[in-house]
Amino acid sequence: MLANFDFDVIQRSWVYLFTTGMKFTLTLTFLAMLGGILFGTLLAMMRLSHNKAIAFVATTYVNLIRSIPLILVIFWFYFLVPYIGAWILGASEPIQVDAFSSALITFILFEAAYYCEIMRSGIQSIPRGQVAAGYAIGMNYWQMMGNVVLPQAFRNMIPILLTQTIILFQDVSLVYVLGSVPDFVSVASKIAQRDGRLVEMYLFVAVVYFVMSFGLSLLVKKLQEKVAIIR
Amino acid sequence: MIELKNVSKWYGNFQVLADCTTSVAKGDVVVVCGPSGSGKSTLIKTVNGLEPFQKGEITVNGVSVGDPKTNLSKLRSQIGMVFQSFELFPHMSITENLTIGQIKVLGRSVEEARERGLKYLERVGLIAQKDKFPGQLSGGQQQRVAIARALSMDPMAMLFDEPTSALDPEMINEVLDVMVGLAQEGMTMMVVTHEMGFAKKVANRVIFMDQGRIVEDCTKDEFFNTQRSERARDFLAKIIH
Repeated sequence: MLANFDFDVIQRSWVYLFTTGMKFTLTLTFLAMLGGILFGTLLAMMRLSHNKAIAFVATTYVNLIRSIPLILVIFWFYFLVPYIGAWILGASEPIQVDAFSSALITFILFEAAYYCEIMRSGIQSIPRGQVAAGYAIGMNYWQMMGNVVLPQAFRNMIPILLTQTIILFQDVSLVYVLGSVPDFVSVASKIAQRDGRLVEMYLFVAVVYFVMSFGLSLLVKKLQEKVAIIR
Repeated sequence: MIELKNVSKWYGNFQVLADCTTSVAKGDVVVVCGPSGSGKSTLIKTVNGLEPFQKGEITVNGVSVGDPKTNLSKLRSQIGMVFQSFELFPHMSITENLTIGQIKVLGRSVEEARERGLKYLERVGLIAQKDKFPGQLSGGQQQRVAIARALSMDPMAMLFDEPTSALDPEMINEVLDVMVGLAQEGMTMMVVTHEMGFAKKVANRVIFMDQGRIVEDCTKDEFFNTQRSERARDFLAKIIH
């Protein structure tokens, strides 16, 4: 059966696949991770706030996002962002948002809900005495969080944050549904359709995803032992 | 310097502090003792506002702790606190532990903070450990670093919350020695401890608490010789062998 396969299609196109598709996917993954962790940490702090209204807003957001399939959020955002932008800016026409920005905003908003839960348990794992010690030397809330709690919480959670990022890396392939975004899967499928070599190409894409994700998760395991704080 | 007037505190319906009134004058060393659950740790934590209270008034150097308008962070930066479980920041080196508050809170330059922090580290006899991390030190060493961290903020008073309770017996004295030295230099101190040897040596006054109340508040000699309450007599009989 394999005799009918023509893997030349990969040999012909792999440079393009990686320099265009994979570059886009990795850039989007990396930026969405940064934004997602930043916004997620803020959400976690809000969820843990003594102010009930603030905690409620963050909790509702996280629960809502986590109950919706990512693909719907991608869809809505892609079509809604131009209108929301116009509404915010007070423009009469929908604003132009390029596919990359739209996808990035979507992933930050979506992944933040997951990063939030990781950071929340990270923050909660820091002994209360550390908080008291920060306050006792005269730090205010932001200084205490920024210098005492968050650095420790973040360090404790690095392995789980990276594991979530591997999931994000795979999730990015869903932008395929937008049709106009040059991520790894979209680029590969365009070439596959052009050359009529769908099976070969999708096999190759799967192997690439497997090697990269599995490799990263092995790295995470190694890292886990390195970053642990001695207590 | 520290004044507590009729301070009461509740956790839900449970009253942890009942009508506590006392004061600590400048240069005084006051030891707070009592059975566990008597509210002594809670009492000392109300002084720098780490524990809120519902009734009464606390002033430190004339500044009201319970007043919402008070800048608590500023007040806390002027009161050193040492915890039972040390609470050094485990992700920072010893030097960073000593300087972080000075830099972030007092706005000192890195060099100035470092110089001052290391001066106090030298004083507690741990200058050789300046580049290590807290997890690499023994409990007694960590607690001495914690004292140095508090001192490098130039506090007007020091609060100690059972500073030796989490230590192995052989490390208790190295911490107490540092505290005795401080007391003899005239530092204003409020110390929650079971170390009656420390109290006998340097305390001006002893406060005995039971069930959230201050049962005895008297000079050291009065306390050790003529306890008025049966609870205090019982307590002393149990901890002085």
